[in-house]
Amino acid sequence: MTDAEALSCQELVELVTDYLEDALGSVDLRRFEDHLGDCGKCQQYLAQLRQTIRVTGTLTADDLPPELEEALLAAFRV
Amino acid sequence: MEPADEHVVAALRAGDEETFRRLVREWHSSLLRVAQIFVPSRPVAEEVVQETWLRVLGALERFEGRSSLKTWVFRILVNTAKTRAQREGRTIPFSALQDPGRVPEPAVEPERFLPDDHDRFPGHWASPPRALPEERLLAAETRAEIAAAIDALPANQRAVIALRDVQGWDADEVCNALDLTEVNQRVLLHRARAKVRRALEKYLAPEAA
Repeated sequence: MTDAEALSCQELVELVTDYLEDALGSVDLRRFEDHLGDCGKCQQYLAQLRQTIRVTGTLTADDLPPELEEALLAAFRV
Repeated sequence: MEPADEHVVAALRAGDEETFRRLVREWHSSLLRVAQIFVPSRPVAEEVVQETWLRVLGALERFEGRSSLKTWVFRILVNTAKTRAQREGRTIPFSALQDPGRVPEPAVEPERFLPDDHDRFPGHWASPPRALPEERLLAAETRAEIAAAIDALPANQRAVIALRDVQGWDADEVCNALDLTEVNQRVLLHRARAKVRRALEKYLAPEAA
């Protein structure tokens, strides 16, 4: 590392969620983007994480069992 | 009361079954995941969800809208689940939601990085991530792997990733419903996503991971 302030890859992967959540302060955001701009490996890591979020978004939720739905509707009618 | 909630609450109070049916279906999966933070057994968690809705119906007349309807229902769920866990003699780990960051948990296996005392590139990738085959990303088998990885997460991480990334809630909604700080919500999401990413990489690029 040439700059004492620069992030290592190992540090960057721990900041990825804060980055995606817009939760990095301005100094950390600059360090993050400076590193990312020069590091294809970390760009690949971020790409994998975005792919992970995309796949997760296609999962289907657990359905309400019909007998539970019936029980709840019966209680609602009372 | 939030404008969107006003219609829903009015419809529920007027006895509109379709509105109630839509809510119990829409929130079921999320309610279940959150209940399982406190009561891991699925049948018990389903009972907790049922009891929650009964309490909601009983208290609906008194709902004032100081929080959103969703937040209110999930707070009732959390209380119901905690009570049930105590009754069953389960001790709720103190850290379940309030202190998730106490034990460090690296996002990526440390051995995939060069050591801290490396003369030129300390902490840089030794075994870097590779491009994953985009065409296999959304295949049924891949999605099944991801679903299994989420199921294997600790219950608090599983609940947060399910609400955020499966159900598409925003961070504020999750913080409010689970009474989490923003930081703790992000810690849980970070750890959950990191483990699911590992599973995705292991499945699609086993030679790298």
